[in-house]
Amino acid sequence: MRNESRWPRRVVLGVALLLAVVLLLLPLVTVFAEALRRGLAPALEAIAEPDTQAAIRLTLLVAALSVPVNTLGGLAAAWCIAKFTFPGRGLLLALIELPFSVSPVISGLVWVLLFGAQGWFGPWLQAHDLQIIFALPGLVLATIFVTFPFVARTLVPLMQEQGRTAEEAAATLGATGFQTFFRVTLPEIRWALLSGVLLCNARAMGEFGAVSVVSGHIRGETNTMPLQVEILYNEYQFVAAFAVAALLTLLALVTLGAKALLERHGATRAHPA
Amino acid sequence: MAAASTRLTALRARGAIPGFGASLGVTLLWLGLIVLVPLAALAVRPWELGVQGVLRSLAEPRVLAALRLSFLASLAAAAVNLPIGLLLAWVLVRDRFPGRRLLDGAIDLPFALPTAVAGLALTALYAPEGWLGAPLGALGLKVAYTPLGVGIAMLFVGLPFVVRSVEPVLRDLPREAEEAAATLGANRLQTLLRVVLPALMPALLAGFAMAFARGLGEYGSVIFIAGNMPMVSEIAPLLITIRLEQYDYAGAAAVGLAMLLLAFMILLLLNWLQRWGRAK
Repeated sequence: MRNESRWPRRVVLGVALLLAVVLLLLPLVTVFAEALRRGLAPALEAIAEPDTQAAIRLTLLVAALSVPVNTLGGLAAAWCIAKFTFPGRGLLLALIELPFSVSPVISGLVWVLLFGAQGWFGPWLQAHDLQIIFALPGLVLATIFVTFPFVARTLVPLMQEQGRTAEEAAATLGATGFQTFFRVTLPEIRWALLSGVLLCNARAMGEFGAVSVVSGHIRGETNTMPLQVEILYNEYQFVAAFAVAALLTLLALVTLGAKALLERHGATRAHPA
Repeated sequence: MAAASTRLTALRARGAIPGFGASLGVTLLWLGLIVLVPLAALAVRPWELGVQGVLRSLAEPRVLAALRLSFLASLAAAAVNLPIGLLLAWVLVRDRFPGRRLLDGAIDLPFALPTAVAGLALTALYAPEGWLGAPLGALGLKVAYTPLGVGIAMLFVGLPFVVRSVEPVLRDLPREAEEAAATLGANRLQTLLRVVLPALMPALLAGFAMAFARGLGEYGSVIFIAGNMPMVSEIAPLLITIRLEQYDYAGAAAVGLAMLLLAFMILLLLNWLQRWGRAK
């Protein structure tokens, strides 16, 4: 094999690295530089503000309610798509991935069309004094919609690749469905599952467009962290806005690091050679 | 006895693994309630205005301008992402250098970074006094609060799609073809253009399609840097939120439906192009 000659290779690498620095690294550095513009203390004070604290708690709550739904749904979907053959399997998978190609704003809009004041179920909800839009249920529903495919799409290719022999053997030996799942399937997919859950969680905590539509922006009540970032920014409280943004960035970095670790783990498991 | 034999037949029909009915049931319930019913509302509600009303609501100059900006800026950003993504995928697959793993992780940053955070960061970076905005401004190029800023934000969120789409194909590309071309006297550039690039075309198109779809619907990373001037730098998703604030549900749904149909049309076209390219 002829080696790439030296200097074109260096030019290509140099241009690629320059682009990576300008397009990817600079925005990342900017977040922390702006947050720490006046030192660490003002940034920490901004995070300790009651409204911001409420936003952090709400973000954790919304993620804690939406991620399990998509984890269970994703597991069920991966089980029937990967372990069985039935007509419409491809269509089912395409429909599961559909929320990824829908604009975040539309992902929020659809819930307003259903449950908003003039939504299909709006009058009924009002008559029963129930509130979904501009309240926690709306935030959770919008978050479930945008994070819908993460777990399923991580698991389906892996479980298809692993085939059905192990599960068939377990079933022949008399194992129940749950026994088969927990003792045979789960140990094989746990790292991929964890990776899917982490990505789902990161998106759930960072979602902006969809929750912005259904939130109503009630301070200390329906503002998640990304919405709090927007409010602080629009009030020209730049250090505070970037301080909350920096927290979200740390979450993103931890998620990326964990994902890389898990992939290495999964890769060594799947291909022992 | 009879029950046992029916069970055995069922086992044979479905393979021996249990749980088909239950898992399919849960999946359909989950998909139906979260995705299909809400999207049905989007498909149905605009027509409360009547066909004429929907068309009138979409033909407003401000709506047309916003749809045009979202469409053209996402197309342009996806197009610019093609060479950039190809270059990054190339060095990740074909080159070994210190920090390669770090670069590999950094590619996914736009996936992982919350869009509002990306929006703030890009605005600060490209603002007139920002690290990149100041030198670009000196060259007479205004980015923040212009349509160009919209494109920059879409470039950022779309970049990983092209890299991650091209990377695996490039890794599996047999080097023999390149060697053969070189042996037959092709220079490096000819080899790249005539051998490597055609093989990567389907992956490039797929990455382009995904980056375009993402850019078209993008909201959080765009609205901060865009400046949101009606008719100039206002994107279609923002118009949906404005109509919702005015309780114009049907009008908001009309814009949403138009955006979805626009995205599906271009995705179908690209899909068809890919097939046509392969069939050739």
